[in-house]
Amino acid sequence: MFSKPAAPQPQKSWPERFEALAREAKNPLLKRFYKTGCVSADTPLSKVPMVAIDFETTGLDPSQHSIVSVGMVPFTLKSIELAEAHHWIVRPRQPLSQASIEVHGITHSDIDHAPDIEDILPTMFKLMNGRIAVVHFRAIEREFLDVALQYRFGEGITFPVIDTMAIEAHLHPDRRPTRWQQFFGKKPVSIRLADSRIRYRLPHYPSHNALVDALATAELLQAQILHHFSPETPIGDLWL
Amino acid sequence: MQAELIDIRNHLANFPPFDDMPEELLNQVVNSIEVEYFRAGTQILNFGEANHWLYYVRSGAVEVFRRSGELYNRVGEGGVFAQFSLLLSNRVRFPAKALEDTLVYRIPHEVFQHLFENDENFADFVEIEDSSRLRSAVSRREKSSLMTSRVTRLINRTPVCAPCTIRLQEAARIMTEQGVSALLLMDETRQPAKLTGIVTDKDLRTRALTEALPPETCIGDIMSEGLVTTNSKAFIFEAMLTMLHNNVHHLPIMDRDEVRGVIALSDIVKHESQNSLYLVSNIFHQHTVKGLKKVSLDVRNSFVRMVNEDANSHMIGSAMAGIGRSFTQRLLELGEEKLGPPPVPYCFMAMGSMARDEQLVVTDQDNAMILDDSFDPEQHDDYFLELARFVSDGLAECGYTYCTGDIMATNKHWRQPLQVWKHYFTDWIENPKAQALLNSNIFFDLDGIYGQTEFAEELKTLIAEKASSSQRFLTLMARNALNRTPPIGFFRNFVLEKDGQHRNSFNLKRRGTAPLSDLIRVHALACGSRAQNTFDRLEAIGKTKLLLDDDLGNLRDALEFIAIVRIRHQALDIEHGREPDNNVNPEDLSPFERSHLKDAFQVVSNAQKFLRFRYNAQVGRNVQ
Repeated sequence: MFSKPAAPQPQKSWPERFEALAREAKNPLLKRFYKTGCVSADTPLSKVPMVAIDFETTGLDPSQHSIVSVGMVPFTLKSIELAEAHHWIVRPRQPLSQASIEVHGITHSDIDHAPDIEDILPTMFKLMNGRIAVVHFRAIEREFLDVALQYRFGEGITFPVIDTMAIEAHLHPDRRPTRWQQFFGKKPVSIRLADSRIRYRLPHYPSHNALVDALATAELLQAQILHHFSPETPIGDLWL
Repeated sequence: MQAELIDIRNHLANFPPFDDMPEELLNQVVNSIEVEYFRAGTQILNFGEANHWLYYVRSGAVEVFRRSGELYNRVGEGGVFAQFSLLLSNRVRFPAKALEDTLVYRIPHEVFQHLFENDENFADFVEIEDSSRLRSAVSRREKSSLMTSRVTRLINRTPVCAPCTIRLQEAARIMTEQGVSALLLMDETRQPAKLTGIVTDKDLRTRALTEALPPETCIGDIMSEGLVTTNSKAFIFEAMLTMLHNNVHHLPIMDRDEVRGVIALSDIVKHESQNSLYLVSNIFHQHTVKGLKKVSLDVRNSFVRMVNEDANSHMIGSAMAGIGRSFTQRLLELGEEKLGPPPVPYCFMAMGSMARDEQLVVTDQDNAMILDDSFDPEQHDDYFLELARFVSDGLAECGYTYCTGDIMATNKHWRQPLQVWKHYFTDWIENPKAQALLNSNIFFDLDGIYGQTEFAEELKTLIAEKASSSQRFLTLMARNALNRTPPIGFFRNFVLEKDGQHRNSFNLKRRGTAPLSDLIRVHALACGSRAQNTFDRLEAIGKTKLLLDDDLGNLRDALEFIAIVRIRHQALDIEHGREPDNNVNPEDLSPFERSHLKDAFQVVSNAQKFLRFRYNAQVGRNVQ
């Protein structure tokens, strides 16, 4: 006789967490967001409403850097709606650094008259309510939004995301060639957004604009699902 | 439309029926788009199912089938499908399947309806779609995409830019990292930053490495001056001509003041490896006259191909002139390699049809050299004579026969310092003599094609300044322009050669295009224009009140028509293995061509009458 190894303590599922958070949240925007709820983990991808989100930021550390622009586009496996696409430039709390200007091209004069992110939150939440967020590299959007809300409302936010970069990383576990392989000319596999798109023969888009990157991410997820998963794959397999 | 979606709009604007659509309608289209990705082999539309979308292929390829399963059409990037179901009862008539991984933009039925009602072009495009039109459109696109596709189609990445203040080594590092052969340099003191120059692999090689510049040299010091760019609306063909004309291999594409991308000669070569440009890049890869001669055998094929692709005379004339320039430039490079660097700076100049960008396949060489004023014949002339001989003999090998009038740089008269050239032109213009002008007519079409081309520009300026104020010069030029008359009789019949080898034919160059360019040259000189191409000259004349707009339009049409008949005639000769010439027998022309040629000749004849009157150029009146 032997005993089964103990299963890892299952974390509470996202729908349950949303229920709990809906009770705790004080800010009405957050309360509404959690109350609208979250699809259950067994929902097939074809039935999941999603929203691709991309932030351009002044740097990579949410505790030190700020959001400078936001791009969002709601979509499903069958359709990305450009009519609902949104793009905002927002005023960061820290001054822009030269290095970040070179990446996203947003300059001091652009942000002089830009709103604070607080002003656009109602519309952002309208797009997020009931939809699963899709990002390329999950360390940015969820974390930055969490910090921005803590700073303004005194309470943060959490939600499931689908990370198209994590999917690429999973598909290419050996993407960094050994020195030996490098010697024979093997090139590393890049999982950056633009490079990942090439593998699915998606067209070239100019990068480092939040809306274009959000759109590019949405298209990439459609392609990833059709190539490596299926419309019936449950969302629980992909969200993080 | 969100401004960030401009890339999507620009993509649509490259392809019919969206290419001529007003911006506002196009924005509505972009705003309504839904995007969907299909894997290769996936069925997109099934027969009989409901459909409420027009499909636009952003990337990939789709096959459209008849109900029988027979392939009806293949739609690639920029193509649309499913329009029939929108026109007829919203049921799919032609099923569609993704042939490759495909990204489609779907345009909803309401927007389709709106376009259909408000844009005639769009309505025609989706309605008159029958299989024959489709087939011809498809084959046409494959054949002549250079003439019908815009340069933006060749842009495949965001432009790589850097401030023009960075160091040489940094520039090289960026270019290597980004894998580009050209780097755009921006003046960042301007808001927004403005494109000021470009540096290419070749610049790094020829300017930085050969001169062993230190890595901390400012990149601005070696960047190419006189930046050549083109507009994002330009056709690939026009971009190619711009590159040929300026002898550059990279061309930034501009959208007003903003850079959209850079295209390289090799992009166009890849796009259409069978065309005249391929030939040009081949020319620059040859290292011997023998190699060049081999390449020159392709010039005629290239010419015939362009004629069959329905290029107009301006395109063909420019492309052939571009090829001629390239041969000359390459020969000069080879000559300098052989003889060593020139002892003093010089400019190699083309005259006549090459300078006018109106060269065809039957052509001789007309060229000259302008030497720096420090030129000392005792010391330096041996070198330049040797170089001129090398080029001239090389051109002859490549099919550009020696000039019978000896207007070549091998002739001592036409191998002189700038001061002497200025003196020549001043003398021709201020002390004109009929016979001397007849011989020097050809020098009034000139263009610097190699070396210090600014020497040639100085001569153009001198001509533009002096010619318009010398009435006697204009009168004599006009009189010379009347020497050759169109072959049309009083009763609108063709006047044919009575004897000789070309009996019963007429010469389309001598009696058609040449008298036209002669008389247009006189008007252009009179209004102080620096243009060399006859169409450009007409445009310059149009800006003055010298000729009526109607007359200008007639001249333009007549020139195009006579030129294109001449070109087609030569292409036909080549295809039938005959030696092409300029002689046409009216019986070989279609009734359409005959009738229009008569009209065109009538235009030439009337224009000559006006010229005679305008410049007081009656033959026999004593002006000397």
